Amino acid sequence: MASKRLHNFKSYVPGTMFILPAFVLFAVFIFIPLIYGFVMSFTDYGGFNMKSNFIGFDNYSKLFHDDYFLISLKNNFIYTLLFVPLTMLLALLAAIALNNVLHLRKYLRMAFYFPQITSMVSIAIVWGLLLNPISGPINQMLKAIGISNPPEWLMSSSWALLAIVLVAVWKSFGYYMIILLAGIQGIPTHLYESAKLDGASKFQQFLYITLPSLSPTLFMVLILTIINSFQVFDLVSVMTNGGPGRSTNVLVFRIYQEAFMNYRMGYAAAMSTVLFLIIMIISLIQFKLEKKWVTY
Amino acid sequence: MLDVINKSKRSKLFYGLLLIVLVIFSIVTLFPFLWMISSSLRTDVDLFKNPMNWIPHTLYLDNYKEVWTAIPFAKYFFNTFKLSVIITVLQVIICSMSAYAFAKLKIPFKNVIFILFMTNLMMPWHSIMVPQFSVVSSLGLYNTHTGYILIQLFSGFGIFMMRQFFMGLPNELNEAARVDGYSEWKIFWKIMMPLSAPGLSTLGIFTFTFMWNDYLAPLIYLNDDALKTLQLGLKAFQTEHTTDYGLLMAGTVFATIPMVIVFLIGERFFIQSVATTGMKN
Repeated sequence: MASKRLHNFKSYVPGTMFILPAFVLFAVFIFIPLIYGFVMSFTDYGGFNMKSNFIGFDNYSKLFHDDYFLISLKNNFIYTLLFVPLTMLLALLAAIALNNVLHLRKYLRMAFYFPQITSMVSIAIVWGLLLNPISGPINQMLKAIGISNPPEWLMSSSWALLAIVLVAVWKSFGYYMIILLAGIQGIPTHLYESAKLDGASKFQQFLYITLPSLSPTLFMVLILTIINSFQVFDLVSVMTNGGPGRSTNVLVFRIYQEAFMNYRMGYAAAMSTVLFLIIMIISLIQFKLEKKWVTY
Repeated sequence: MLDVINKSKRSKLFYGLLLIVLVIFSIVTLFPFLWMISSSLRTDVDLFKNPMNWIPHTLYLDNYKEVWTAIPFAKYFFNTFKLSVIITVLQVIICSMSAYAFAKLKIPFKNVIFILFMTNLMMPWHSIMVPQFSVVSSLGLYNTHTGYILIQLFSGFGIFMMRQFFMGLPNELNEAARVDGYSEWKIFWKIMMPLSAPGLSTLGIFTFTFMWNDYLAPLIYLNDDALKTLQLGLKAFQTEHTTDYGLLMAGTVFATIPMVIVFLIGERFFIQSVATTGMKN
């Protein structure tokens, strides 16, 4: 009996040893911070070795009257509403087009994917120069084709957020294109063959075969792009620093400023909880809707 | 008959048009990179005088020399390379070890731990960066490479991907090796890892690219100039030299070249890692 139990115990030893490094790293650097973050959001902790006091829900009630925070939240939602459909549309069009093309396919796939592998900082710097209202080539081109008063892009509080969205779309559509392309290529060919026999046009095939078969992938891309849109930071940090004014300040950028520039970590932790909740709600919606929406 | 010919002619024309549109679109997509290279090869005077003159008449190479002295570029390059390599190697090993345990070994509370680990896929790092910083600095690891490395080693994505890979390998392999007296450690290193080379390369390339381009975490964790990475260097450079277009572009060209090389060598692994994202859900 005892030896059997010992044997049983022993059979767990190798697995436990193999998982131990990942488990310790997960516990110390992800799980503990996650719990600690919630605790911290109820304090006035400033950072490093500063003393902190428990202040209950003060941080949270302050959040809802904090214009700066609310603006960053609003900007982020606008960013999401623009970024998600534009990226999905471009990725889907590119994926369908690539699927119908036999020549230059490898080159085209690489070209569209290429922005994805370069760093946000590099491309943000390049786009910052491209979008320069006076000396940048984009406005030079716009002037050359007769637009005498082109937008001031990053210098204008009404255009800056849109400019950042466009750069983000340019950078990431190739990534989602690859996912969608893999989805399209996974659709069984016999579906198309029988549709052709029934005399369905290309457009009908797309509408009644491609789109429904692709819906699980499209749904996943939708969720990925939404979650991705709440993590935008690098472009804002390099291209506008949140400005002009507060016009491009987004959620993660606001959290960064509060925590690491103003040293109000308790308050920043409360903002992080809001971010966490937004992502959790999206994930829950995904979980609930996946079975309903997705038709095979 | 005539109708069929017309139809095939029309579809050929349509195909040609589609191809042309795609090629134009690909040039538009690559335009920022072409402009980056072209600007790095021109003097600033030339750039401002003839902004539309994208193909330089004479190649001006001084930007590529000056950028190494304008900022401690070599230092940043070395730091980035060092951190990316160390993190990639350790992360691949640690994720593979735990993935192997999930796929082939007995672990107490296996499902609970796996689900906990996978929450990492849904939860963006940004939502825990503030308390994580607090934990790391209370361990005395703020402003050290060690601290930055440690926070990057766990990857839910990596564990998930490698677990899929190991599950695809037949259990008979393990059983046969155990009969031959192999320890689990030896089975892992001598049998499982060599058989998983494609998966390891995919994860490795993915991690390396991510680390090379990482910006926010180094921004938070690395404060000393001697510790800073290329992305931080480029950002500081941009703030200091807003008008030195040529110099700035030469810097971004240098920072991008390693990624281009990695991409050209491992293109199929990139595609593979994206396809795995499709599998994730």
